[in-house]
Amino acid sequence: MVNVIEVEDVSKQFKIHHERHQSLKEKILHPRSGSSEVFRALSHINFTVSDGETVGILGRNGSGKSTLLKTICGVLQPTSGEIRLRGSLAALLELGAGFQHELSGRDNVYLYGSMLGFSRKMVDAIFDDVVAFSELEQFIDTQVKFYSSGMYVRLAFAVAVNVNPDILVVDEVLAVGDERFQAKCIDRIRHFQREGRSILFVTHQADQVRAICDRAIVLDGGELIADGPVADSLRVFREHLLGDAPAPDAPGAPVDVHIDAVTSPTGSFLVRHGTPLHLDVDVTSERAVSGFFLLEVFTRGGLLVSRSDVQASPVSLIPGSNRIGVEVAELPLLDGVYEVNLGLVDRPGGSVLAWREQAATLQVSYDGRASGVIELTPAIRQ
Amino acid sequence: MSEPSTGVERRHLDDAPVRVVSARDPLRVRLSNLLARRELLTGLIFSDIRIKYKGSALGLVWSMLSPALTLATYFLVFSVFLKNGIPNFVVYLFSGLIVWNMFQSAVSSSTGVIVDRAGLVKKVSFPREILALSNVGASVIYFGIQLGVLAAFLAVVGHAPAWGFLWILPISFLALYLLTASISIVMSAVTVYLRDVRHLMEVVLQLWFWVSPVVYSYENSIAATLHSHGLANFYFLNPVTLIILTFQRIFYVATTVKSTTTGATLHILPTWPMSTYFYLNLGLLVIMALVFLVSVTIFGRLEGNFESEL
Repeated sequence: MVNVIEVEDVSKQFKIHHERHQSLKEKILHPRSGSSEVFRALSHINFTVSDGETVGILGRNGSGKSTLLKTICGVLQPTSGEIRLRGSLAALLELGAGFQHELSGRDNVYLYGSMLGFSRKMVDAIFDDVVAFSELEQFIDTQVKFYSSGMYVRLAFAVAVNVNPDILVVDEVLAVGDERFQAKCIDRIRHFQREGRSILFVTHQADQVRAICDRAIVLDGGELIADGPVADSLRVFREHLLGDAPAPDAPGAPVDVHIDAVTSPTGSFLVRHGTPLHLDVDVTSERAVSGFFLLEVFTRGGLLVSRSDVQASPVSLIPGSNRIGVEVAELPLLDGVYEVNLGLVDRPGGSVLAWREQAATLQVSYDGRASGVIELTPAIRQ
Repeated sequence: MSEPSTGVERRHLDDAPVRVVSARDPLRVRLSNLLARRELLTGLIFSDIRIKYKGSALGLVWSMLSPALTLATYFLVFSVFLKNGIPNFVVYLFSGLIVWNMFQSAVSSSTGVIVDRAGLVKKVSFPREILALSNVGASVIYFGIQLGVLAAFLAVVGHAPAWGFLWILPISFLALYLLTASISIVMSAVTVYLRDVRHLMEVVLQLWFWVSPVVYSYENSIAATLHSHGLANFYFLNPVTLIILTFQRIFYVATTVKSTTTGATLHILPTWPMSTYFYLNLGLLVIMALVFLVSVTIFGRLEGNFESEL
């Protein structure tokens, strides 16, 4: 499979001015003052995206995610290193950034299309689809300055996905727009994937990465700290987040707690619907600490079924190894395979002490007639 | 839910061309990127013009009003009040002014094209020189309109241009375009770092106007003085001068005329033969082409830090 994006040893440095001299007058009056500092936004990043792959980029604010995307799209030039791209690329770094307020929606579709690098002819061919997707039929000849922010976003997204680029680069733009439109965007992204196009997707919402991506990359402080399957990268991302989390109230270093293993007393994670689910969790702790469990259940498709914490029954860990039982009395899940993530949260501070992504893979069997994820038992009154 | 019109198609990315983003694009790559995005250039030019005249019934007519007023003012001052004695002075003025207007309008607004569109520059990828070039493009369109008005004016007053010289006009114009584009490209980038260059540029352009022979005749005024001090060549270091002289030679035609006030013989334009006009303009074109390449290179150097400066 051919690589559509190859990022090779890319670094980017910014000069941060402490005292900016942005005029000739000041430069002449103070020729030497105006100190600046070099900030490394990206250091020696290497990764590739192959044709048809959807890759998520995870990272906290300031980790270099957006800088990386901008360099890939060519908005920024890397200080060193090289990026090689194959095929057409449409980037949505900020929806509607190229819009001219004074022009109508129609004119902007053409102008924005040409900014993304697509010819007038190509935009002609997809114009009706763009309008239909954006649901702005009545307003397409209105000046964009009269649009609401939601309409703005819809039009921009509609252009970018309908020009059918080989590579789509999306930067946290799915956070805007109403829920229905978000769902529509995700739907279109899936369509994109089915067509074998590549997507590079930046977010800090782990759920979206799980739902959409084949692979994920984690950036921290401008360095690439993980590149692999979504579950592995998410684990690194979470662990890294908590590694740098503000230290709990307790004096000294953060407590080293680790979830070593999650097992089932029956020896398998084959569970029948409606029966109790038992999990035995082995935890090693450096010293005594109290906390509570956090339980997440996802479908194979990445849909979050439930995220619940067990604050009501805190656990106290002793130094060394602990075995704690986690029990769900009547499993409401229907037939299917589910991923379970387990976390242990510090009781006073609320910070995550330990996290285990894909702690268990449940196989739930169900004989009933209901379909979906959970069983509801509607009571009928007549 | 609309389905994409193209449907599922198998693309052949294996042999798709590879684009490289690196620290410094070589000049060849920059130029080919510019060429590849000419559709964006025309899109920007026309959207700029449309925005400018949106909501005004007279539209482009407004763009003619300012040059017409300038023309009238200079005519009044130099021909009526100061009585310079140059016959058909309006034609002389007009042929120089269209050159100057194109140069001045593009260069003076070029300083803002990147700074004023910081949002766009920071978020959308395209060769940024296009912003400066589209600004020049708008000036080219106004130039075209003014040239049309000049032609109509000549027809009405029955003043024939020097037909034999007309073929030099495209060469001269191309040199003017490259000069204007080069300065615009460099100034648009420099303003990102030094914001007050905007004001400086206004002053420089005023000065530049008066060292160019638009409202006065070079031969008739300062030529003799400059020659006696051996400074004549310095006057021609101003590339706009040669272009203006060429336009005046083509449209005003006469090099030597009789003063309308004193009856004395006035030397208005250099009496060079056609071949001199041609070779000088060709030489200027070659120099301007090189200057353009240099300006794109300078822009490439300055572009790297736009993000942190905007």
